[in-house]
Formats: sequence, C-alpha cells, structure tokens
Amino acid sequence: MRSTSFLWNVCKSSFTFGLIGLTVSDRVASVVRVRGLSMSPTFNPPNNTSLGLFTDDHVLVEKRCLTDYKFSHGDVVVFCSPRNYKEKQIKRITGMPGDWISVPFSYDAVRIPEGHCWVEGDNPTDSLDSRSFGPIPLGLIRGRVTHVLWPPQRVGKIDKKLPRSGLSF
Amino acid sequence: MKLLFGKWTAIAKESIDRAAIVAKFLCLLHVTNTYIFSPTLVYGPSMLPTLNLTGDVVLSEYVSHRLGKVGPGDVVLIQSPENPRKMITKRVVAMEGEVVSFLVDPSRSDRSRTVVVPKGHVWIQGDNIYASNDSRNFGPIPYGLIQGKVWCRVWPIDGFGSL
Repeated sequence: MRSTSFLWNVCKSSFTFGLIGLTVSDRVASVVRVRGLSMSPTFNPPNNTSLGLFTDDHVLVEKRCLTDYKFSHGDVVVFCSPRNYKEKQIKRITGMPGDWISVPFSYDAVRIPEGHCWVEGDNPTDSLDSRSFGPIPLGLIRGRVTHVLWPPQRVGKIDKKLPRSGLSF
Repeated sequence: MKLLFGKWTAIAKESIDRAAIVAKFLCLLHVTNTYIFSPTLVYGPSMLPTLNLTGDVVLSEYVSHRLGKVGPGDVVLIQSPENPRKMITKRVVAMEGEVVSFLVDPSRSDRSRTVVVPKGHVWIQGDNIYASNDSRNFGPIPYGLIQGKVWCRVWPIDGFGSL
C-alpha cells in the first residue's frame, strides 16, 4: 500500500514538473545545442578535436521575443527550416522587411517582402541559408539566442554583429 | 509578538500555496492550448460558405501537424507570412511536389496559372476564392507556419459538427 502511494506521488510530481518545465521552455527560455560549423567562429569555433555532445556549444534561447516579433539586424535566431519543418537552424538576421539584398554572382537585387527576413550564417563558406532558400517568413522563428552557456571558457553574451557594409542598402 | 509573527507566516504560507496552484493551472492551460486542442474564434469572408463571416468558434487540434499528418482538404490555422502576429484560416490544397492550377483573379479574368509546390511547402487557398488573400497572392508557404488543424465547429450551435 505504501509503495503504490509513493509511486503515485512520484508520478504526480514528475507530471507537474514536466508541465512547468514545458511552459517555461516555451515562454521564457530554453537551452539548445549548436551543431555544425555554419556559425563559426561565434559558435563552434574551429579546433582540433572532433565535434560531439561535450564539445558542441550550448546556447540560451529566449522566447519572450515571440510575443511581438520585434527583431533587428544582427540578431541570432533559431528557426524551422523552410525546406524541412522538423529541422531547426541557427543563423543571424542580416536583412529586415523592405531591405534590398544583392544576390551573389549576379546583378540582381532582391527586395525582402513584408513579414520576411534574410538570414545568413557567420561562416559563409559552410552555411546553408537565405542565399539558397531565399527570405524566410518571420513566423518560422522560434527564439532568439542571447548567451553562450557552454563551454565555460566562452560563456557570455552574444555580440550583435551588423551586416558587412555595402551588402544591403 | 510571537503570536503575530506566527499568524503572518501562516498567511504567507497559505498565499504561496494558493499561488502555486494557480501557476500549475496556468501551465496546464498553456500546454493544453499549445499541444493538444483549444477553442478558437475565426472570422472573415475568405472561407465562406464553410465558415461564417461574423465569426465561428471552432475546436482546433495541435497534434496532427507535429506528426506531419496534415494533407489536402484540411482546414488549418497558419501564421500569416505577411504578418507573423496574425493567424489566418485556410484550406490546404496541395502538398510539396504536387502541381497546382489556379485562377489568378477569378472576379476579373479567366487567366489561370500552374505552379509546382516546392519541398517543405504547402499551397493554401480560402474556400471563397473571390475574397481570399492566400497562396495565389503570396505563394506557397513553408509547412512550419502551420499552427493547427480545425476539427469541428462548436458555435453557433446550429452549425455544430465537423468541418
């Protein structure tokens, strides 16, 4: 009798804890692991050891920005990939609605439509971003990255790097 | 003096307990409204005659789109690609890889266009093609913008039933 009530209490508290944890991670902030080299050297700077769970960067993603979607140039955001909704990507916003972006290797210029943004990785050689799939709707954004939490020697706030001059006007 | 202090701690403890119950209830409400189902008020002319102009309360569920089970013919709630703070209700007409033929502007001309829906995107149209701002205007939308699927109407009562 005592063991079943103990089990019931464990179930109840883990359910409550799960609900609260899920609400906090949806509305306030959550921790996300950064995979890949598209945001080097901001995340996962090049080094000799291989990438793995303990050497990948872990970052804090804040969700308070999703109530009014007020983003600006230089924000690093997490968004669902427009090619595959199950994948999430981390890139930096380099263009907001109304900006003109020059397409590389061509004389065209693309105007970013209302409600969309242009995202690029900090490492242009190893990054699949808006240069391949075009501007993404702001509704795909799932959070803004504010701090690096792991590894301990690089814990700190992320810089808001503005886009390189001459690209958008 | 000691009795007064004891009273204050008892009141503080009880108010913290009550606040904890309210917080737990709000968390349960958030999880249900985001991951399971919730009632939604939808209004506007773009889904006539399926949904009324002045507003219907429908029950929408949030499980199918996470499992990838949204298909052509489903009425879905999506975040507008033109304004991320606005939610719109439209019907899914085609999934990725399919070919869509549509009338560009049916009230003005008979011109029609044919488009292939790219990978990871869906084509949505309102049932009332004369008064609907949908994929014919802003193009196919990424699947990630779908927030939920409309399940059945609960108000007005005489329109009760699945859509």
